[in-house]
Amino acid sequence: MPEQDPDIRRHNFEEVPFGYTPELAQLEAERCLFCKKPKCIEGCPVNIDIPAFIRLIKDGDFSGAARKIKEENTLPAICGRVCPQEEQCEIVCVTGIKDTPVAIGRLERFAADYERENNLIEIPDKAPATGKKAAIVGAGPAGLTVAGELAKLGHEVTIYEALHQPGGVLMYGIPEFRLPKAIVNSEVEYVKKLGVKIVYNAVIGRYMAVDDLLQDYDSVFLGTGAGLPYFMNIPGENLNGVYSANEYLTRSNLMKAYRFPEYDTPIIKSKKVAVLGGGNVAMDSARTAMRLGAEEVSIIYRRSRKEMPARIEEVHHAEEEGIILELLTNPIEIYGDEDGWVTGMKCLRMELGEPDASGRRRPVPIEGSEFDIEVDTVVVSIGNGANPLVPQTTPGLDTNKWGNILADDNTAATSKPGVYAGGDIVIGAATVILAMGAGKIAAAAMHRYMMGIPEPEPALEEESSKSKKKK
Amino acid sequence: MNNILKKRILADDMKELVVESPQIAKVRKAGQFVIVRANETGERIPLTIADADAEAGTITLIFQEVGKSTMLLGCFEEGDSILDVVGPLGKPTHIENFGTVVCMGGGAGIAPLHPIAKALKEAGNRVISIIGARTEDLLIMQKRMKEASTELLISTDDGSFGVHGFVTDILQSLIDKGEKINLCFAIGPIPMMAAACRLTKKYDLHTVVSLNPIMVDGTGMCGACRVTVGGKTKFVCVDGPEFDGHEVDFTEMVKRSRAYLPQERESKDRFIHEGGCCHK
Ligand SMILES: Cc1cc2nc3c(=O)[nH]c(=O)nc-3n(C[C@H](O)[C@H](O)[C@H](O)COP(=O)(O)OP(=O)(O)OC[C@H]3O[C@@H](n4cnc5c(N)ncnc54)[C@H](O)[C@@H]3O)c2cc1C
Ligand SMILES: Cc1cc2nc3c(=O)[nH]c(=O)nc-3n(C[C@H](O)[C@H](O)[C@H](O)COP(=O)(O)OP(=O)(O)OC[C@H]3O[C@@H](n4cnc5c(N)ncnc54)[C@H](O)[C@@H]3O)c2cc1C
Ligand code: SF4
Ligand code: SF4
Ligand code: FES
Repeated sequence: MPEQDPDIRRHNFEEVPFGYTPELAQLEAERCLFCKKPKCIEGCPVNIDIPAFIRLIKDGDFSGAARKIKEENTLPAICGRVCPQEEQCEIVCVTGIKDTPVAIGRLERFAADYERENNLIEIPDKAPATGKKAAIVGAGPAGLTVAGELAKLGHEVTIYEALHQPGGVLMYGIPEFRLPKAIVNSEVEYVKKLGVKIVYNAVIGRYMAVDDLLQDYDSVFLGTGAGLPYFMNIPGENLNGVYSANEYLTRSNLMKAYRFPEYDTPIIKSKKVAVLGGGNVAMDSARTAMRLGAEEVSIIYRRSRKEMPARIEEVHHAEEEGIILELLTNPIEIYGDEDGWVTGMKCLRMELGEPDASGRRRPVPIEGSEFDIEVDTVVVSIGNGANPLVPQTTPGLDTNKWGNILADDNTAATSKPGVYAGGDIVIGAATVILAMGAGKIAAAAMHRYMMGIPEPEPALEEESSKSKKKK
Repeated sequence: MNNILKKRILADDMKELVVESPQIAKVRKAGQFVIVRANETGERIPLTIADADAEAGTITLIFQEVGKSTMLLGCFEEGDSILDVVGPLGKPTHIENFGTVVCMGGGAGIAPLHPIAKALKEAGNRVISIIGARTEDLLIMQKRMKEASTELLISTDDGSFGVHGFVTDILQSLIDKGEKINLCFAIGPIPMMAAACRLTKKYDLHTVVSLNPIMVDGTGMCGACRVTVGGKTKFVCVDGPEFDGHEVDFTEMVKRSRAYLPQERESKDRFIHEGGCCHK
């Protein structure tokens, strides 16, 4: 797919890949074998009818393709961009055995973009009003999915969102150059056109409690995400110039600090930036730092390239933009000057030992390998945990020892009657599509609960293990 | 939403806004704050809920104009509305009948102190409030603090009103007089809170401070507001804003509060240069 030249794009926040032209999309669609038993559908956590939508693209019915996708996935322009396709739908595609797999994600993106850019978005028919009301906490991908599904079934839906904008991580975390905010807004608009109301600046647990919502609504969905940043717990972490990835990205994306002083929120102007971690969040932070004008940006990761959890495409993009990968390296201390500003870091070299519980080889420090590097900004991007605000203020809501809300795999039901949960708050920091998959399961169960329809027999083992699958 | 029903100028750079916000007015408790974003390009800034009227559905915000965002907010008039107001945030003050409580407030810190003093008095405490400012013109909320306290003592740095000196000087003289104090609250600029804690520590007098670090989301999501308390990192927006003052690392806090000085200056100069209030 054509994309912006690395030397140019490292100085701007515009989207990196340009997307397919209709001709290129049809050419790619030709490659699909339209398998009788399509493996790709099984690979997709929301089971989009992939060959069906690809056939529509091949036949030139692009908006028909978009509508086909939307039968299963309300946010296709987003998933087409950020889904880890290479390990979901595309990895199992049969053309991948001899050649590269069909570019399902890019085709999905194309269909959704075509429909939006040509103002062809149609609002599907809604079921007659049921008179039932549902409240959704959090306007991330999980919450938006539940809201859209329930609205289509004829329920009255209100989302309560803590921030002043919808989208969750899509808006505050994933940068503009990977997911333009206009696209998030447009997909949220679609959900709103289904009749969903969104109340912003409403932090549930403070503004209202879950129990208050249960007074006014027939059921409640919790999709509050994994919004609690982990730090390394090493000396110097509270120096000026040390950010959590959440703060760094929120300042830049949500608050538009990259347009300071036009926008009022400041962000530190850095020369040498070290990003700690090896996931998508680390890549996003590093590439943001580059675009904010840093001279040198490195990613410091304690294992090797093979173990990096980030998508291959993103690591590749980062390297093209000149970001340095310092692999098998672990920071143990951050140095500062007397005014409290970061000046450098002490690191250790690592080597890979025996595999640990996750099956990845455990990094072990090499004795006497300490060395110092000079940096003025450190972005800690080693993961997020569950925000405790809702569990703390909701009696009867059970969590695991990490604070994730416990919810049934098949129904998303929590320990509290009428309350459902899904997305990162349940499974820990994962992916957009898994959050949406959980949202669909929850919406179906909430519908049954509100309408008094009995629960079906539990699904087969195979089905339920899929919803648990983690990145 | 968030309509400004009343505006008052308390001192040169100190403004008070009464804002329509029924749900927050209903549920807020002493010690909690809101985060406001004035307009589309605005930043998110925390302000304490200085008072609230559940029946009228209003909250009161009192702030000192120290930079662009507070100056911009100061330009808002009755009838205007603030784009975003989110809250109530933070943990409420722990209120019970402790006996005699001293409430110390300095400068703009008197605003956050007011609801606490009021709640303590309502809970049956004997509330001795000590408020201070650099000079008489900057002293705010005298009348309201008098109502919220059993006794009100005042100091100014230049001696233009009340005792000549700092609020800590008054506390020292109370202690010297043998006043039996069960608990202390100290809210104001960081140096004032640090000084109050140095003094009360000598007498092992438990002191609660309300911290005001730089914040972004106010929900525990970003970690911008972290401070070291008792050797551990805490997020002020969710773990606080109140902490045991004897455990707070004020030196680190001062440094962290200066993280954006150059940008803050740039923003403020640009605002003034481009005509200030016309930008609302
Ligand atoms: C920087 C970054 C890059 C990523 N890149 C990718 C990627 O490329 N591909 C991919 O698939 N996944 C990616 N992810 C992961 C993905 O974004 C998440 O898994 C997904 O957004 C989870 O969705 P969610 O709806 O569960 O939660 P979130 O998106 O976190 O949304 C939760 C929402 O709830 C709100 N909320 C929280 N608490 C409350 C409360 N008390 N009251 C009201 N509202 C509340 C929050 O403000 C937020 O809007 C990335 C994550 C990050 C941080
Ligand atoms: C919980 C809490 C309650 C507060 N209550 C009040 C109050 O009732 N009245 C009042 O006058 N002030 C209050 N403050 C302080 C107020 O938020 C800052 O004065 C304001 O953000 C300054 O913004 P500015 O753009 O006008 O000034 P700037 O020029 O941006 O900054 C001036 C100073 O204010 C601090 N500051 C800057 N940005 C922020 C930010 N986003 N969050 C917090 N502090 C910041 C910095 O230390 C900075 O040096 C409170 C702060 C907190 C954390
Ligand atoms: S939603 Fe994701 S996994 Fe499913 S088809 Fe689209 S890109 Fe593939
Ligand atoms: S597996 Fe590949 S070739 Fe087969 S239908 Fe799916 S996308 Fe087409
Ligand atoms: S302000 Fe973001 S965690 Fe406190």
